[in-house]
Amino acid sequence: MEKVSKSFGPVKALQEVDLSVERGEVVVVVGPSGSGKSTLCRCINRLEPVDSGTVMIDGVPLPEEGKALAKLRADVGMVFQSFNLFAHKTVLENVTLGPTKVRGLSRSEARQRAMELLRRVGIDDKADRYPAELSGGQQQRAAIARALAMEPKLMLFDEPTSALDPEMIKEVLDVMTELASEGKTMVVVSHEMGFARSAAQRVVFMDDGRIVEVAPPDRFFSDPQSERAKDFLSKILAH
Amino acid sequence: MSITVALTLTSFAAALVIGTVVAAFRVSPVAPLRAAGAAWVEVLRNIPLSVLMLGFYFGFTKIDIRYGEFATAVIVLSAYTSSFVAETVRAGINSVARGQAEAARSIGLTFPQSLRVVVLPQAMRTVVAPLGSVFIALIKNSSLAGLIAVVELTDMADRISFDTARPIPAFLGAAVGYLLLALPSGAVVGLLERRAAIKR
Ligand SMILES: Nc1ncnc2c1ncn2[C@@H]1O[C@H](COP(=O)(O)OP(=O)(O)OP(=O)(O)O)[C@@H](O)[C@H]1O
Ligand SMILES: [Mg+2]
Repeated sequence: MEKVSKSFGPVKALQEVDLSVERGEVVVVVGPSGSGKSTLCRCINRLEPVDSGTVMIDGVPLPEEGKALAKLRADVGMVFQSFNLFAHKTVLENVTLGPTKVRGLSRSEARQRAMELLRRVGIDDKADRYPAELSGGQQQRAAIARALAMEPKLMLFDEPTSALDPEMIKEVLDVMTELASEGKTMVVVSHEMGFARSAAQRVVFMDDGRIVEVAPPDRFFSDPQSERAKDFLSKILAH
Repeated sequence: MSITVALTLTSFAAALVIGTVVAAFRVSPVAPLRAAGAAWVEVLRNIPLSVLMLGFYFGFTKIDIRYGEFATAVIVLSAYTSSFVAETVRAGINSVARGQAEAARSIGLTFPQSLRVVVLPQAMRTVVAPLGSVFIALIKNSSLAGLIAVVELTDMADRISFDTARPIPAFLGAAVGYLLLALPSGAVVGLLERRAAIKR
């Protein structure tokens, strides 16, 4: 993305943000609350239209709302903090919906692939349950399977573990770490330092709608350059 | 009574379809559609039904469209009721968490698809009870079809009362007729509501 800006009324959520993510790269985005991390994610698949600047995927600028945009969004998986599984559909139906409606796969093929994905994230035994019957960690893994079912070029994670109890965080991070090691391109908003250190090539630190610092995880966490990153790290390390 | 039932059921079926489409217009990202939906609702729900009924009846006669009284009554009742259905369904759509539509769009569904496949099915579950109220109002509103000489329950009572010169038993009969239609409807709504609630 180039020089992307986005405001909500007087609030400048993003100010001239430049960021490019290579294929196969894992980028972790950190920053204080309100710094624009979610907005950054949401602008990448245009859930939030940008005010100025351009967002490109594989060199193609995002089109206006409509069929073409929907098609591009299918190539960008998104995992939300609050899971957002379709509440009226079973886990399996959640995963097969996109492949059948968007990719035009047959029911049986979509089903078979969905079951494979559910097995991979370890919840194939919950396939016929409704989201409300699952724990948070299971729901988030189902949501990851739903996104993966579209075989996206890029996966966006917006604080995927921050609504989870500690014992469930690990099961979700394990799945994400595995994806990273398989070479998925990922942009992950998360303060999970362990994940960043083990899976990310770069950490992007945001503050006040701007990218303040970009560094490899080891250097960022041990020796941040900017004052604001130092300040921020001292706060999250304090607890 | 069978005419009242036929009027009500036909008009309700039409009103559900039209009202849902109008509700979809009202939440659409396309501004002209939103405006059209809003205009439909505001015009129809703010004009008294009696005025619509007589207005359309004489209007159709004037431009020499002859649908017959029954069909005219169905058109007017459907249009009028659709404005209430639209508002009810729109409230239902707004009650569905925003994340549901966002998740739908993020897997590549277009706006109409996400509405149809993800949002509306969930919205409909929350609006079963209020739609029941719309239905019961429609049963009673169908009495205004008598204005344009459709012999439904009220008009029938009126005629009997005139012929026999005994208005009280005639209208008591009509009242009982409406109760007989409305009370079971309420029960059916309750049943549907429980069924909608079982599946999450
Ligand atoms: N839909 C919206 N309407 C109005 N303001 C918004 C909206 N979304 C975000 N903002 C504002 O934009 C700024 C950036 O928000 P954003 O959600 O991107 O921050 P964040 O870094 O994700 O924060 P958090 O860590 O709390 O999730 C904040 O000041 C927020 O209040
Ligand atoms: Mg956020």
